[in-house]
Amino acid sequence: MTELLHSQADNILINDYERSDVAVLPDVAIIQTSTTGENVSSNAATASSHARVEPVDPQDHETTRRHRRDGNPEEQRPLNNDHEEIFKYGASHVVKLFVPVSLCMLIVILTIKTTSSYTPGGATWAYTPFTEDKPTNTQKILFSLANTFIFMGFVITATVILILLYKFKCYKIIHGWLILTTLMLLFFFLYSYFSSISASLNRPIDMITICFLTWNIGVVGMFCVHWKGPLRIQQAYLIMMSALLALVFYKFLPDWTGWLILGVISIWDLIAVLCPKGPLRILVETAQERNEPIFPALIYSSTMVYMITAVDPPAEPEFTPVSVNSTTAVNVDEPLTDEQRNERATIRNNNARRQLIPRADVPQTEGRREPARYVVERSNSPVPDDDDDEKGVKLGLGDFIFYSILLAKASALGDWNVTIACYLSLLIGLCLTLLLLAIFRKALPALPISITFGLVLYFSTVYIIGPFTAELSTGQVFI
Amino acid sequence: MTIMECAGCTLIAYGVPFSMFVFTIAHHPFRIIISMTSAFFWLISLLVSSLLWFAVVPLRNQLAFAVPFAVIFQEIFRYLFYRVIKKAEFALQKVQMQELTDKGMVFDRFAVAYAAGYGFGFISGTFAIVNVLSDMIGPGTIGIFGHSQDFFIATAFLTLCIILLNTFWGVIFFTSLDKGGIHRLIGPGIVVLTHMLFSCITLLNRKSQPLYSVSLAVGYSLLIGMIIYTLMLRGFTINNIRQRMNRD
Repeated sequence: MTELLHSQADNILINDYERSDVAVLPDVAIIQTSTTGENVSSNAATASSHARVEPVDPQDHETTRRHRRDGNPEEQRPLNNDHEEIFKYGASHVVKLFVPVSLCMLIVILTIKTTSSYTPGGATWAYTPFTEDKPTNTQKILFSLANTFIFMGFVITATVILILLYKFKCYKIIHGWLILTTLMLLFFFLYSYFSSISASLNRPIDMITICFLTWNIGVVGMFCVHWKGPLRIQQAYLIMMSALLALVFYKFLPDWTGWLILGVISIWDLIAVLCPKGPLRILVETAQERNEPIFPALIYSSTMVYMITAVDPPAEPEFTPVSVNSTTAVNVDEPLTDEQRNERATIRNNNARRQLIPRADVPQTEGRREPARYVVERSNSPVPDDDDDEKGVKLGLGDFIFYSILLAKASALGDWNVTIACYLSLLIGLCLTLLLLAIFRKALPALPISITFGLVLYFSTVYIIGPFTAELSTGQVFI
Repeated sequence: MTIMECAGCTLIAYGVPFSMFVFTIAHHPFRIIISMTSAFFWLISLLVSSLLWFAVVPLRNQLAFAVPFAVIFQEIFRYLFYRVIKKAEFALQKVQMQELTDKGMVFDRFAVAYAAGYGFGFISGTFAIVNVLSDMIGPGTIGIFGHSQDFFIATAFLTLCIILLNTFWGVIFFTSLDKGGIHRLIGPGIVVLTHMLFSCITLLNRKSQPLYSVSLAVGYSLLIGMIIYTLMLRGFTINNIRQRMNRD
């Protein structure tokens, strides 16, 4: 479930955003994706929670640059208090999301094109038990639908259990789960990735080298993702893990099942986030009630988050965005990644308060030319968030994964026009979602629009545009 | 030979546009987004044109039917994109300048026109050449059945031509519409006419012994014409340029 979440405060104060109001959470949009039980659990509303817990941090305000898009200017809310901003995001935040999403897709496509072991149709796995080599098309569709529903069953179960665990405050379970899944992802999948690469490139690598590499990369990954680390390394690990997961999905999902899953999961995302009884919405609201961050784990963040200190003399009013580099807890065996993510996030947040996170990647805002500051621990006292300069942007890892899956399936045909068309439509969907987020300022799912555009453009490019452009380029006619 | 040729053709087709991107667009997120949206609009226009081509089944081989419509649809979508940008700009007027500058959303009309044209051109060239490039990288001999051996080189140069042409067409289109008055008709009219001319000339490439020099010559002279017209629209005259050069 991908969500762009705005802080609850925005929801409450619809016409009247009081930035200086302590009780108001800064707007935070998180695009999260809850993926299937195995892979990514989407964490909803982590950002908003952040705002509560570390009141100082301006959090990542994901603003959408809605200026030039087909954004409906008419819908612009008249939030014209003098200190109130109309747009939460600028163009740079959107581009900051483009880069990691594109990198993830690039890794996936390069791997697919160069190695042969990540092609679909090899083994089957428990989540989609039916194969698709059936004699007639109708049977294929039926079995694909069955596969899809089984898969979605796992996802929904995982999400519901996550919500329950969160509601009953079983943070330790969630935390442990998250760690377990990242452990598995980083070590096991990385190892199998190296093995496939060396097998496909026909280059023998000895066990010692692979173990050495895997161990080192894995341990550094665990540090960076669950504890502290340089921002770029964290981002790189998150991207890498999303790419690995997307590859695993791509390999194991049968063809038609994959398309159906993509469609159904965007609908599920829409339902889970927007319906009043939707699980993710409940999650967001619960987290906001408790003034806790919602699962900051498994979210890619473009800036470091700092905690604001209120204990220290008021000489440090600034907030720097808190880095919520969550990783997707991918846990092939355990469907409850959501919970893990959430747990991890919560725990990390609680610990993070005491730490010092050097400032990294301060976005281009003027007021922030200070040297790195240390965060002094400060618990739960709301600090007025006056300064929203440091805004970063967050995107759930599940989004990365599903976008990459879509693109991987698009590139499977070998026609680069299809790949480029799907890539463009995914990015435009992301832009549009951020734009809607800025307009509506409440939790929004990020998967549906992009996946819809991607699917529509995939099928139309394959069947309609493809033959036309093939005809044109054979004759070298330039339109 | 194959990778070399592929690399060469890629660089021919994308060298100049990539430099343009790096120097003028890459550091301005706003322009990146404008280019991408404009590319998306082009894609939609291509979808509409392909639907038309697909629907008229008997004429599928006669590209001479589909190409003018494709050109017309592209220009219509260029105009639609202009309207969208106008609306957005109008909406942005309510926002304070400071906020806009902070968020990098200041509307510089020329930059927007340039980015829009660039987006159109880039995706147009990409769709024309990317499959050819991927075929080029594998083994094979071009022209083995008596076809022209200049297929790849000509494609690369024509792609470069169309990318640049689209960029200038974008600038001319948007600037003329902004100027108002008689320019509202002349600018878009020139764009449509030259686009139609270029595309129809490339139809000549379909013969079994195509004469690429015709399309190349026409394309590049059109490009020079567009450059001159753009400079005129932006207020450069021969005297201006002479003065600037003499000052240095």
